[in-house]
Amino acid sequence: MRCVPECAIEVHGLRKSYGEFEAVRGIDFEVRRGEVFGLLGPNGAGKTTTVEILEGYRARSEGTVSVLGFDPGGRSRALRARVGIVLQSTGLYRHIRVREAVAHFGAMYPHPRDVDEVVELTGLAGKEDALARTLSGGQLRRLDLALALVGDPELIFLDEPTTGFDPAARRNAWDTIRSLKQLGKTVLLTTHYLDEAQALADRVAIIKDGRILIEGAPQELGADGGPARYRVAYRNGDGSVNERQTDDPTTLLHELTGAALARGERLEGLSVTRPTLEDVYLELTSKEPAGG
Amino acid sequence: MADTAAMAWRQYRLERKLFWRNPSAAFFNFLLPLLFLAFFGAILHGNQHDLNVIVPGIAGMSVMSTTFTALAFNMTFLREQGVLKRIRGTPMPGISYLAGIAGNAITNTALQIAIITVAGRLFFGTGWPRDWGELLLFVAAGVVCFASLGVAFSHAIPNFDSAPAYVNAVFLPVIFISGVFYDAARAPGFIKGIAQALPLKHLIDGLSGAMVKGTSIATNVSALGVIAAWAVLGVALAVRGFSWEQRRS
Repeated sequence: MRCVPECAIEVHGLRKSYGEFEAVRGIDFEVRRGEVFGLLGPNGAGKTTTVEILEGYRARSEGTVSVLGFDPGGRSRALRARVGIVLQSTGLYRHIRVREAVAHFGAMYPHPRDVDEVVELTGLAGKEDALARTLSGGQLRRLDLALALVGDPELIFLDEPTTGFDPAARRNAWDTIRSLKQLGKTVLLTTHYLDEAQALADRVAIIKDGRILIEGAPQELGADGGPARYRVAYRNGDGSVNERQTDDPTTLLHELTGAALARGERLEGLSVTRPTLEDVYLELTSKEPAGG
Repeated sequence: MADTAAMAWRQYRLERKLFWRNPSAAFFNFLLPLLFLAFFGAILHGNQHDLNVIVPGIAGMSVMSTTFTALAFNMTFLREQGVLKRIRGTPMPGISYLAGIAGNAITNTALQIAIITVAGRLFFGTGWPRDWGELLLFVAAGVVCFASLGVAFSHAIPNFDSAPAYVNAVFLPVIFISGVFYDAARAPGFIKGIAQALPLKHLIDGLSGAMVKGTSIATNVSALGVIAAWAVLGVALAVRGFSWEQRRS
C-alpha cells in the first residue's frame, strides 16, 4: 500500500465474481482524505459491488483493498466506528420516531454528533416526532443520511443518496455533502446524476462492465486529449447553424476564421463549447465493449 | 464486553417500545392467546378435566407463538427491509442486536406465562403451579427450542408477503395435533405419532406436569430430551443459514 497517510481508500486489482459472472474486472483507484470522489456508471456497471466490498458487506475475489488503513473484509468494529454508510435502499423500523432513530444510532458510536444538530443538518427539523412510516421517500432518504452522519464518521459512503428528491431537496442534500467536505470528511459518492457528480466531486471515475474507463477531475475529463470532443458552432449566411466537432479547437478555429476573413465574412454566433462530464460519460458508456 | 451488553440493553429497550407501538404485533403476540384462553375457559366452565388440559396447552402455544412465530416474522421483515444490513454497517456488535430482538420475544413469553398462571389460579381452578422450578425449566427449554427454530425457519421464507402463509402452515397444524385444545391421548394413532416427533406436545406435557399434575421432572425427562434435540437442530440451522441480507432473487 503506497499512500496510507494521505489516502482514505486504496483499491488495487480488485475483482469480484458471482459464479461465472465477473461483476468487477480488475479496478484500481485511490480516494484521498478530505476528497469527494464520485463513482459513475450505468446500472449493472459494478459500482454497488465495488462500494459494498469497501463497506465490508462482500468478500472480494481478488486484489487488495484498504479503507482507513483497514482491510474491510476483516469487519473490524474500530473501522465501522469511523465509517458512515448510506446504502442504496434500506428500510427502517416502521414505528420508530425520527429523533429516536437518530439518537439510537448515535449511541452505537464512540463519539456521536449532537442529535438535534444532525436532524437540522439533514433537513428533518420539525419532523423529530414523526414515525418513520409517515415520512415521504425523500424524507426517509434524509433520515438515512442522518443515521450515517450521527456517528461523526471520517469516511462516508453515499450510494445514490438523492434518488427520489425534488430539486430543492437535492440542492439541500448537496449543501449537506459540501458541509461534510468543509469538516474535512472523505466522501465516496455513487450516483447516476452527472450534474450531481459535476457539482460535488473533486474527482470522478467512470465505470462500465466492471472496469474503470477514465478517472480525473470532472473539468479535466473534458479537457484536451479526453474522449469527448469540443464543439464549434456558428451561423451560416442563411441563418442555419453549422456545428463541427474537434479534438483540436485551435486549428479548426484558425481554419474557419481564416476562411471567413478571406471571404470578408464574419462567423455569426460563433461559440466553442468544452465537452461536459455528460458528453464524456455518454461518449464512453454508449460504446459497445471493444473486442467483445 | 460491558459495551456489548450495554448495547444489547439499549436495543432491547427500543424493541419493547416499538412492540407496543405496533398494534398488529401486540395483538397477535399478546392478545390472541389470551382471547383463546378466555374463550375456551368460558366454554369449558365447570369441566375441570378439560380445563386442566387447556391451561398448559395454551401456555405451550404461547411459548411457540411468542418465539417461533414472532421471530420468523420479525427476521423476515428485518432482512427484507434491509434493517439487518443497516445494523451490520454500524459498530454495534451483531450479537448485541440479536440479543435485543430475542430479549423482546422472551419478555413476551414471560408475560404470557405469568398471565396464564394467574388466570389458572383465579379463573380456571388449576391452582398455582405445583412445581415452579419445573415450570421455569420447561418454559426456558421451550423458548430456546422455538426461538432458534423461528430464526432458522425465517431463512426458508422467501419474502415478507409470504411470511404469514409459511408461518401458519407450520404453526396451525402443530398446535392442532399437539393437544393445545384437547387431551392428546384421545387423538388417533397416526396424529399421535406425528405429534410425538415434534417438540410442542412434549413442551405441553412438561408444562402440564409442572402446572397441573405435579409430576416430577424425572417423569418428563424424555419430553425434555425431545425439546433439547429440536433445540440443538434449531440452533445449528439458525446459525448455519444466518444471513444479514436478503438473498438476491
